[in-house]
Amino acid sequence: MSQQLVSKVDVELPTEPSLTARRPALRWVGLGVGLLVVLALPWYIYPPVAMDIAAWALFAISVDLLLGYTGLLSFGHAAFWGTSAYTTGLIATHFGLPFPVAVLGGAVAAMVLAVPTGYLAVRRTGIYFAMVTLAFAQMVYFIANQWRDVTGGENGLQGIPKNLGGMTDLINSDAFYFYYAAIPIILLGVLLAWRIVNSPFGRVLVAIRDNPARARALGYDVERYKIMVFVLSAGLAGLAGGVFSVSHGFASLQELVWTTSGKVVLVTVLGGIGTLWGGPVGAALVVLLEDRLASSGFNGIGIITGAIFVVIVLAFRHGIWGTARNGLGAWLRSRRRSREDV
Amino acid sequence: MTAFIQYTLQGLALGGFYALAALGLAVIFGVLGVVNFSHGACYMLGAVGAAVLLDATGLGFWAALPIVTLAMFVFGVLMERLLVRWLLRLDPLYNFLLTFGITLFLVDLVKRRYGVSSLAYELPAGLKGRVEIGSVSLSSYQIFVAAFSVVLCLAVWLLLTRTRVGMIVRASTEDAERSRALGINVGRWVTPVFGFGIALAGLAGVLRAPTGSVNADMGSFFIIILFAVVVIGGLGSILGAVVAGFLVGLVEAYGQGYAGSFSQVLIFVLMAVVILVRPSGLFGREEAAS
Repeated sequence: MSQQLVSKVDVELPTEPSLTARRPALRWVGLGVGLLVVLALPWYIYPPVAMDIAAWALFAISVDLLLGYTGLLSFGHAAFWGTSAYTTGLIATHFGLPFPVAVLGGAVAAMVLAVPTGYLAVRRTGIYFAMVTLAFAQMVYFIANQWRDVTGGENGLQGIPKNLGGMTDLINSDAFYFYYAAIPIILLGVLLAWRIVNSPFGRVLVAIRDNPARARALGYDVERYKIMVFVLSAGLAGLAGGVFSVSHGFASLQELVWTTSGKVVLVTVLGGIGTLWGGPVGAALVVLLEDRLASSGFNGIGIITGAIFVVIVLAFRHGIWGTARNGLGAWLRSRRRSREDV
Repeated sequence: MTAFIQYTLQGLALGGFYALAALGLAVIFGVLGVVNFSHGACYMLGAVGAAVLLDATGLGFWAALPIVTLAMFVFGVLMERLLVRWLLRLDPLYNFLLTFGITLFLVDLVKRRYGVSSLAYELPAGLKGRVEIGSVSLSSYQIFVAAFSVVLCLAVWLLLTRTRVGMIVRASTEDAERSRALGINVGRWVTPVFGFGIALAGLAGVLRAPTGSVNADMGSFFIIILFAVVVIGGLGSILGAVVAGFLVGLVEAYGQGYAGSFSQVLIFVLMAVVILVRPSGLFGREEAAS
């Protein structure tokens, strides 16, 4: 079983220097525009929905860290997102701590859970890895469903407070203000992901993705790297899940069910795997689409999202960002070539 | 002792559903290299199909068994021809994702059409009663399911090991490249094998319809258990799928009987142990070192 989900499609990714590497100014322009969009989002979109987009964007980035940069498809990331959602809710409810602390606690809980899961899952690769992670996520779901005293069973955790010292009243008064209070956590997560990808550690991950045997021959402990990135990815998913549950004020079994794991993979693939920008783009599209469908009273969102997924996998495997980037790259190359011809 | 015999029978009946469906999953994986995520949805379609057939035409269980199974075969053939085929040359993860999309689509389609509440279905004529053996009273339908699925698994086993068709399919599973070199048209078998695998999932669904609740979500947990089954048995192995299917069925039934509410966790504990001790599954071949 090969595990080269990305390298087989994205053959130009490892060999060609990326667009931003050739034009460093583009990176700063991109970052500036991205930051501006993030800060302006709640002015144009209903703030709770904007918060959902941000949380799902980080969630998708955490999946992409495994899928796009290490070549591992985790189909059980809802376990980490949901574990953090519950842990964050429990910490915030029982200790009355400021919500960022609770979210950090949730992320740590997700990482702790990821250690044994990752240890078992990395023993298999490719499609087996996906199935094993999926099965363990389901185990977490069963436990949450049965452990009613702590998790509230089918009712979930209700009334998670938004505490933030002197600003508690402000962020509770309007989701608009909560967005700005919580967005630093999301941005911190994105920054971490960016740091990981652009570090020597990240290069080793890509090497493992492209050729595990060679990475091993070069002396890298492939399994250890995989476990480490798995735990880091779980932490990012945890940050996102914690913010999500505080924003909604509740954590439910919906956060742990496998369709959530599937949805985040859909968001990642839709945006474009192996591109940190893809996650936010995919998240914005999917969250807005589901919000629109739900508010229009359409019954059967899965019919639409499922069909989109089928089309994406069949026809646009690079995803939106990947397709756009490749298109732009090809256009710039052809322009350069025509200039050189003259 | 009475309880133990009852749990064992329950486990064998439950294992029958798992074994049949996992067998379909294993055959499809063997020949096409596709892990069919929509297997649970196809199982659901089988059960819903039986219920709709009863509602629309009054045809009961014994008619549904061949009709729905055949319909699911056709459905599988169409699915392979129209969708799965285009991704066969790519990484198997793509077909995993494709069939995941198909699952979302099918489940919500059924939900939209038939609602979330369970559809009515009753035990087939002739199997409604209970059988008394000494002091033990057993449901005759459970006995039927356990026996029927064992016989069916045996039949598939014989089909694969004793016939020419089976030999070709096994050769294609084993080494598609070399089979081609020996003059076997592997491509010709891909579509019927896929249809056959889907038909087995549908058949398991029809068998399940009289015992459980028939609704759009019935395949959602089933598919996860199936994945655990094939991880335990070894995905490439047909024997592994059957043995692990019955094993998981028994574990679940004993768990429900003796361990109470946390019984379903036991399956995953079993899976974790198997991954630790034999990463490639009980009957799986070792993966090439990655």
